Amino acid sequence: MLLKIHKDHQRFRHIVKGKIREDLRRFLTRGELIGKEGKYIVSIPIPSIDLPSFRYGSNDDSGVGVGDAKPGDGVDADGEGIGPGGTEPGNHILEVDITLDELADILGEELQLPRIKPKGRHEITTQKDRYSGIRQAGPESLRHFKRTFRRALRRQIISGTYNPNNPRIIFERRDKVYRSWRTVQQPQSNAVIIYMMDVSGSMGDEQKELVRLEAFWIDAWLRRNYEGVECRYIVHDVRATEVDRHTFFHLREDGGTKISSAFKCARDLIGARYNANEWNIYLFHFSDGDNSSESDNRECCRLLVDHLLPSLNLFGYCQVASAYGSGNFINVLLEQLGEEDTLITTRVNTKDDIYDSIKTFFSPGK
Amino acid sequence: MPSKLPSDIAKQVKTIAAYAREEGLDFYETIFELLDFDEMNQVAAYGGFPQRYPHWRYGMEYERLRKQHSYGLSRIYEMVINTNPCYAYLLRDNQPVDHKTVIAHVYAHADFFKNNVWFEHTNRKMLDEMANHATRIRRYVDRFGFEAVEKFLDTCLSLEDLIDPHSLFMRRTTSGPVPQENDRDIDRQVVKYPSKSYMDRFINPPERLDAQRRRLRADHLKRKRAEPQNPLRDVLLYLMQHAQLEDWQADILSMVREEAYYFAPQGQTKIMNEGWATYWHSTVMTRYCLQDDELITYCEHHAGTVASSPGRLNPYKLGVELIRDIEERWDLGRYGREYEELTDMEARRRWGKGRKRPERVTGKESAGREKIFQVRRIYNDVTFIDEFLTPEFVDKHKLYHYRYDPSTRRMVVVDRDFDKIKKQLLFSLSNHNRPYIYVVDGNYANRGELYLAHKHNGVDLQIKYATDTLTKVQEIWGRPVHLQAQINDEMVLFTHDGEQSQQRTVTDDLPQPVHSL
Repeated sequence: MLLKIHKDHQRFRHIVKGKIREDLRRFLTRGELIGKEGKYIVSIPIPSIDLPSFRYGSNDDSGVGVGDAKPGDGVDADGEGIGPGGTEPGNHILEVDITLDELADILGEELQLPRIKPKGRHEITTQKDRYSGIRQAGPESLRHFKRTFRRALRRQIISGTYNPNNPRIIFERRDKVYRSWRTVQQPQSNAVIIYMMDVSGSMGDEQKELVRLEAFWIDAWLRRNYEGVECRYIVHDVRATEVDRHTFFHLREDGGTKISSAFKCARDLIGARYNANEWNIYLFHFSDGDNSSESDNRECCRLLVDHLLPSLNLFGYCQVASAYGSGNFINVLLEQLGEEDTLITTRVNTKDDIYDSIKTFFSPGK
Repeated sequence: MPSKLPSDIAKQVKTIAAYAREEGLDFYETIFELLDFDEMNQVAAYGGFPQRYPHWRYGMEYERLRKQHSYGLSRIYEMVINTNPCYAYLLRDNQPVDHKTVIAHVYAHADFFKNNVWFEHTNRKMLDEMANHATRIRRYVDRFGFEAVEKFLDTCLSLEDLIDPHSLFMRRTTSGPVPQENDRDIDRQVVKYPSKSYMDRFINPPERLDAQRRRLRADHLKRKRAEPQNPLRDVLLYLMQHAQLEDWQADILSMVREEAYYFAPQGQTKIMNEGWATYWHSTVMTRYCLQDDELITYCEHHAGTVASSPGRLNPYKLGVELIRDIEERWDLGRYGREYEELTDMEARRRWGKGRKRPERVTGKESAGREKIFQVRRIYNDVTFIDEFLTPEFVDKHKLYHYRYDPSTRRMVVVDRDFDKIKKQLLFSLSNHNRPYIYVVDGNYANRGELYLAHKHNGVDLQIKYATDTLTKVQEIWGRPVHLQAQINDEMVLFTHDGEQSQQRTVTDDLPQPVHSL
């Protein structure tokens, strides 16, 4: 059935996509696309247009809440979002606990990303058990407590043996239900993501925050698409070294920039560990694009063409805006290697650009 | 869209209506319709109505609701609209027990709409009115083009809060011309000190009297020319009457304003209305309708409705608990001067313990019941909280006051001080938590410019939104517009002249508007 509202909805989608009404794009807000790691509270991006109106400013940041908290405790905004909101007007960003897989699916749907077609040995399959159903028999360790409890409670209420003053529930054999599983065949494909970051003097905290967010989403999407994903991290100024994840995001910046050093390091790493026939290899490089010299730019292009690009699924170069530096490296890549379809470049200036950047990286479906 | 109700639901509707009447609820005839989930989302996006004018914001709301539903975040069980007869929508794939709960809930809303005094001036034929608006706007779209109409609608919607919901209930002193005052009237107002005639020249020097006369005459002239005569909160009305608009634009503005007034009481009574409906669905269900095998589903869904989470205040929960608290207090006689003046908490707690609460009340048989029926008639959220929120209640329900802590960048619990909590609650409920904006001069500096002012009550305006919104006011007004607001303890004047915005500190050498707040 076609509803009247579909016209309004269509119109809204067109405005969001920027096809019409450029003036309204100014007021477009997006969900922030933030994943808090560990607990995975995630804002689901639902675009909305926030028409301006007179409203209270920031010294209004107070309210009334409910709970056991003591003065000084933080008020966690991790409400489930079920039911009506509170007295505060909603800010149109939904927050909810979801798994990383679901999150990646939502991201994929939102950005209309195609599923990645893995290359390499997909004929190798593995077996995996998935819990997918409920049945009446099974081992006690798989007993579904909530359903069993409800069945027992229902039975006791119907048969009149339930006493609200002494609410004791006794399970019987016929109440018990168990989770059951199905064995599924899955093609096995492995991927490795190598992140490279420029930690020269011009990359500040703000830039690194952008890199962290971008890397989080790259991670989420690739993990959704591959069975096993390995991550490697390389930092470089004029020299490059492999580091662990924590160091990668927390290393203090210093020194000049020689991008080819990182490319060499990546080449050696791939050569030693990751055979291109067996691995799907993703290489991402984050930099403010301020390379030290022309000759190094040439060296970079040579390394890419001869060693890296042939073995990669994707080389993503993401240039973050910086207060210093020319940001010229992206132009060098585009001029020299613009034809290569495994090379994709994006620019990220603010958090809003991350959305588009992820879309650019993964829309070819590689 | 209308479809005949399945016979089992129709039967339930009839029975529950009878129970609700027996309990004293009084409502217009209520027509139920079954909708599937997509239709429900449409109706909800349209604010409960089957017909609205075309605008993208309904599409936006629709998308939000649909996503919330498909990600399992929330679910709309029912919608009910304030009309006569009342229309209510049920979600088709609800379970029978949900239908029963929702029907009982709806009847309480219908009772509230009919009887609460704040709804007295709403148009009970709004269904037709909304459809008329849709037709009129479609006609304008055909004549003036979609973009032109949509853009103008956007402009109006930015300003839709700028109404005066109380104006429906009282006569503001704005209307009528200032009475003529001739010289004798003015002479009568001149202050003269009593004196002996030979001293009069010294006690009331003629030049001082002249100066006074001149000032009074100037004041009078100013009052006569003042436009508007008093600060005016209904900015939309002022724009409608005085801005240079095409007829179709004025018509659109009037429709937006009319709809804003229609929805205003619902914003003013959210807590009470939901509390009242929750009180009654729970009473009707537990007393009459619930089958044994439905108990658990009912409990689960009821608990979901009144669930609270940290940092959020659930209006359903707050409303129903306050109503129950009022009922208990009036049953036990915990009101009146003698009780209010008790400072000993122990004595307060013991008060009325000897009285036995009536076991099973129907209708208004008990004092508590009678009181809550009175409350639902004459209060709105602000007066409701102001009158009935007690320290005992705040303590029992563990309310706290939180605010943003810049050093940790988190919302932090400040304390459980009753006065602060109450103040905060009242603040966030007043005027829908929107700032008060007044027209203070419609002919500022005699240049036909519009001068608005923000009445500061502790919280500043958001500057970015204020300047953007001012642009919208200017689009309607045509001439330059000004907004005076207190920002960081400093009076600031925002101005938009059609091309650019500027912002300056208010100083004495700027011309004064005719009124100040």
